[in-house]
Amino acid sequence: MTDVTTDIRPAAGRAGLVSRLAIVRVPVSIVLSALAVLFFVIAAAAPSVLSTHSAFDTDLLSSLTPPAADHWLGTDDIGRDLYSRIIWGTRGSLLIGVGAMAVAFAGATVLGFTAALAPKWVAQPINRILEILLAFPTLLLALLFVALLGPSATSLLISVGLGTTPGYARLIRAQTLKVKQSGYVEAARALGHPWQIVFIQHIAPNAFRPLVGLVALGIGQSVVWASGLSFLGLGVAPPSPEWGALLEAGKASITVAWWLEIFPGLAIVLVALSFTQIGQYIQDLAEGNAR
Amino acid sequence: MAVDSSIIEAVPISGANAQRHPAVNILRTVLLKVGSAIFVLWGAVTITFIVLMVLPGDRATILLNITSGQTIARTPEELAPINALYGFDQPILTQYIHYIAGLPHGDLGTSFELQRSVANIIGEQIAPTFTLAGSALLLAWIFAVPWTLFTAGRGRRIGAFGSATETIMAGLPQYWIGILLLIVFAIGLRWFPVIGGTSFMNTVLPTVTLAVPLAGFLGQSIRSEFDRTMREPFVLSARARGMSGVGVRARHVLRHALIPGITLSGWAIGHLLSGTVLVETVFARPGLGAILVNAVSNKDFALVSGCVILNSFLYVVINLVLDLIYLVVDPRLRGAV
Amino acid sequence: MTTTEIESPDSKIETFPPAGKKLLEARGLNVWFTGQNGERKHVVKGVDLELRAGKCIALVGESGSGKSVTARSLVGLAGDNAIVAADALELEGETLLGRSDSWWRRVRGSRIGFILQDALVSLDPLRPVGREINEALSLHGWGTRQMRRDKVLQTLTEVGVPEPELRARQRPGELSGGLRQRALIASAIALHPDIVIADEPTTALDVTVQAQVLGVLKQMLARGTSVILISHDLAVVAKLADAILVMQDGEIVEAGPSSQVLSRPQHPYTQQLIDAIPSEHTKGTRLSANDGVFTHQLFAPSASPLFLHEAPLLEARNVVKGFKGPDGIRRTVVKGVSFSLGRGETLGIVGESGSGKSTVARIALSLETPDSGEVRFLGEAWSHATPAEQQKIRKRIAVVYQDPLSSFDPRWRVSRILTDAITLGDPKHASRARNRAAELLETVGLTAAHLDQWPLRMSGGQRQRVAIARAIATNPEVIVLDEAVSALDVSVQAQILDLLSDLQTQLGVSYLFISHDLGVIHHMSDRVLVMQNGIAVEQGTADEIFYNPKHSYTQKLLESLPRLEYAKLRLAASSR
Repeated sequence: MTDVTTDIRPAAGRAGLVSRLAIVRVPVSIVLSALAVLFFVIAAAAPSVLSTHSAFDTDLLSSLTPPAADHWLGTDDIGRDLYSRIIWGTRGSLLIGVGAMAVAFAGATVLGFTAALAPKWVAQPINRILEILLAFPTLLLALLFVALLGPSATSLLISVGLGTTPGYARLIRAQTLKVKQSGYVEAARALGHPWQIVFIQHIAPNAFRPLVGLVALGIGQSVVWASGLSFLGLGVAPPSPEWGALLEAGKASITVAWWLEIFPGLAIVLVALSFTQIGQYIQDLAEGNAR
Repeated sequence: MAVDSSIIEAVPISGANAQRHPAVNILRTVLLKVGSAIFVLWGAVTITFIVLMVLPGDRATILLNITSGQTIARTPEELAPINALYGFDQPILTQYIHYIAGLPHGDLGTSFELQRSVANIIGEQIAPTFTLAGSALLLAWIFAVPWTLFTAGRGRRIGAFGSATETIMAGLPQYWIGILLLIVFAIGLRWFPVIGGTSFMNTVLPTVTLAVPLAGFLGQSIRSEFDRTMREPFVLSARARGMSGVGVRARHVLRHALIPGITLSGWAIGHLLSGTVLVETVFARPGLGAILVNAVSNKDFALVSGCVILNSFLYVVINLVLDLIYLVVDPRLRGAV
Repeated sequence: MTTTEIESPDSKIETFPPAGKKLLEARGLNVWFTGQNGERKHVVKGVDLELRAGKCIALVGESGSGKSVTARSLVGLAGDNAIVAADALELEGETLLGRSDSWWRRVRGSRIGFILQDALVSLDPLRPVGREINEALSLHGWGTRQMRRDKVLQTLTEVGVPEPELRARQRPGELSGGLRQRALIASAIALHPDIVIADEPTTALDVTVQAQVLGVLKQMLARGTSVILISHDLAVVAKLADAILVMQDGEIVEAGPSSQVLSRPQHPYTQQLIDAIPSEHTKGTRLSANDGVFTHQLFAPSASPLFLHEAPLLEARNVVKGFKGPDGIRRTVVKGVSFSLGRGETLGIVGESGSGKSTVARIALSLETPDSGEVRFLGEAWSHATPAEQQKIRKRIAVVYQDPLSSFDPRWRVSRILTDAITLGDPKHASRARNRAAELLETVGLTAAHLDQWPLRMSGGQRQRVAIARAIATNPEVIVLDEAVSALDVSVQAQILDLLSDLQTQLGVSYLFISHDLGVIHHMSDRVLVMQNGIAVEQGTADEIFYNPKHSYTQKLLESLPRLEYAKLRLAASSR
């Protein structure tokens, strides 16, 4: 049927970044996000470059001071500089986030691919299990694992990773199914390529394409979850400067020292937002090129 | 009025292919969905049971340690009565059957720490949590729908702005929003009390906290469906009949756009425990969240698993209800060809 | 001309305007679209048209011609980013330019009705069709609720929908294609507007349904409605239109009374459009003007006597295939179909939607296994062969799909798409694969420069040529063409059909040609198989089927087919 209703269809004013196909023109938000990510990566790799004080030196004389020239973001109840603690905490927080995402991605890819591509007698049970796991909210799943493993940085990583796995597995399964049923896979089969070749040449690369952006999104989300668990007292314990732990520690003084809660949270939010933006952008690019 | 009979459509014979009565189709679809829901529930319960079995440390020991506040190894004589009382010494399958059998009666076991029926404990604390979750959902809808209607399909700038707002809202961690609101409105401006109870004033800030990310997600989903639907030809048909732009949005497009939002809401309620755990901690508000956190740190697995089962049950039931609502709203899903 | 009497709330008897009165007039209509970066695209360039009462005029053109945009500008729905300007644009003397939204809302639906194509998406899928028709009435404050209910039923009856009370409560998805389209028409004419604009009203429909819908439009004309018809299909237009305006690239290149435009076209583009239409009259001739591979006239080859004793290339015996629907009921889609395809010949499989022809194609490619019956390739097992055996045969049977883009890996350029197929055909040629790919491109009418292009950036015709190049890369003996030209504009379709004919002569390849378009089938095929509801109702040579159909369904199909009688006249006139 000829495409006759769309002689020249006016470009619909689609909100958002999706209409960009030119890589050259990068939106401002992405530049800002990239800068933020860069900042945090440096903070994680070489904290001493960016911090003004040590993360652990106490100075009881200047405890609970609000942000000022000498302590950019204020001090906590035993005089430790908040800004430096946040910088030093970056490594832990980011590593947990990245590690959790790695765990989740590995698990989700295996589960998702199998659920989409394996023969029915394998795929069906996996699908059922996924359905059941999806009934658990992420936090609850993570809590279950923390309860099993006891609170620590590693258990936090594993718990958040495993807790977010079912959600990603579902996404990967859906994407892989879509690719499996696409015209080019069928064309490749009709040409005579065996399934293994079709998988390597067509299914895997095309199923992965939109997932690259997902990884960035996932890192941001994992940092949020991990910090959340620490905030509840179920993750990394003080005096570690991990951000969630900072939040947890500052809870007691919240009425007198608002900065102790706001700024670590701000760091978490910044990481989450910038990774989300970048992830979204990469995803849009990948999809834009595909169709 | 004379109608040229030659143009009357000859209704085709139903054909050699079988057609079921529509009511049978609907019944079949409903039964399938109910069956599927029960299966998921069973699976969730079983997984929780498995976790209970797998946890490190002997349960009787943990129980004694929690209640006595000590952390010592226990002698078999001390453990024996506990094991007998709780049935820990019976074969796994028996324990499992006992466990499953108790569920329909509302028996979720006994809390290790508090030595009371888990169902009782949960029952006491469930009301504030529910109120919180329900109001948050409502608030999220109240914000998201008009916001999307106002900013969607109106041109790039406004749309991009609306979309960006939603993305940011969706990405904010609840605990941070809660802290922010607490600091600004409770501590700073003193409009609301700081330490939580369950009165109305106490509920406002936690509700807003929960509602913000939810509204972000909701808005995103409604908006994208809205944009997509606006490009459908039937919108043009409606305008060609003389409908105004506003009319089309409200009377045609909105209905379509809300459908994914409904799915999202089901998911949100099902996952309410996730959000309320954090918010109740921030605002020191009583509820299931506080109970759960406490239980996890104390390794009171009976209570933890009770909460988890409750949550699964909620999730399954709500999604089932939603699926059935869909059958009414969107007849394309009724299973008829 | 009849006047029709309709009761209206204030007992005013509505009549249609007297014949010949000028209803709609456009002089120098120009439309631009503004892009996101502020660039402007000139889409409609100085169009003049005039609609007189009781007449039907047609805007004909291919995609990109600007005909739809023109039509929409006449009701002020060209789009938010459209700039519409004209020397004159008038409805019964009142100007249409610069009108407020509230003015348009009074006019749309009551004085001008607009019918889009494909009722499945042009009616709200969530609402019963009766509601949609009712909406047309209530938007203009017509009558009481009870009166509107009656009017809805009355309108449905007018357009020929039986059991209107039942149908009005159903949603578009629950109705058949023909009923849906009628409901769509009903929603546009409920208030009996003087003018109706129909934008491709029959394009998405089966041929038999198309004929019925054309009947409805004819009836409307007979009652006094004036119609502006937009279409790419000259044959459809010929049946209804008094005057035809041919558009190309936003301009009207020819305008005049239908009989004149079709039998004595002045403009080369019109001539090209008419020439491009495949039918029984064009069999054995070229449809397009370009060079292709050969420049002299050729005839579609028939089975050469040399191969008479060879087993047929592809033979299907009593193939049965069923699928489980979403509601769990098993439906038999193909019910005992048999056919055979010899070397160098073309077997056309024709049927409407739901006939099972696409499933037959997939079975012929062994992408589906029949439930019973089998397919053999050169006498050997094909449908029931082992995967290893099948793999060896696969490169001897190629396929070209309706939508080439979805059959290309989005990450691959043209060169990769082709070399992938080439090295499969003969692994020894890997190093020369790129050269071979360039050769293939030239064979299909493209150039080596296209090797590094992205299919996404190519036109529909170019993509289909790439798909054909890929198909012949493995030197197949059979090519299955599943609606391969159905998504193409008529002139592009003509070129591709010529290309396929050339290739058949040059390579001796056989075609299994599946289509719903009878004209294309007749033009291309040596033998034809007609399918209805999974059954092969009739088989025979193309001429037998088309000139002497025996089965009632075939007869009905042929009756419904709008023919272009003028083509016959012209061909007769021009051939000597």
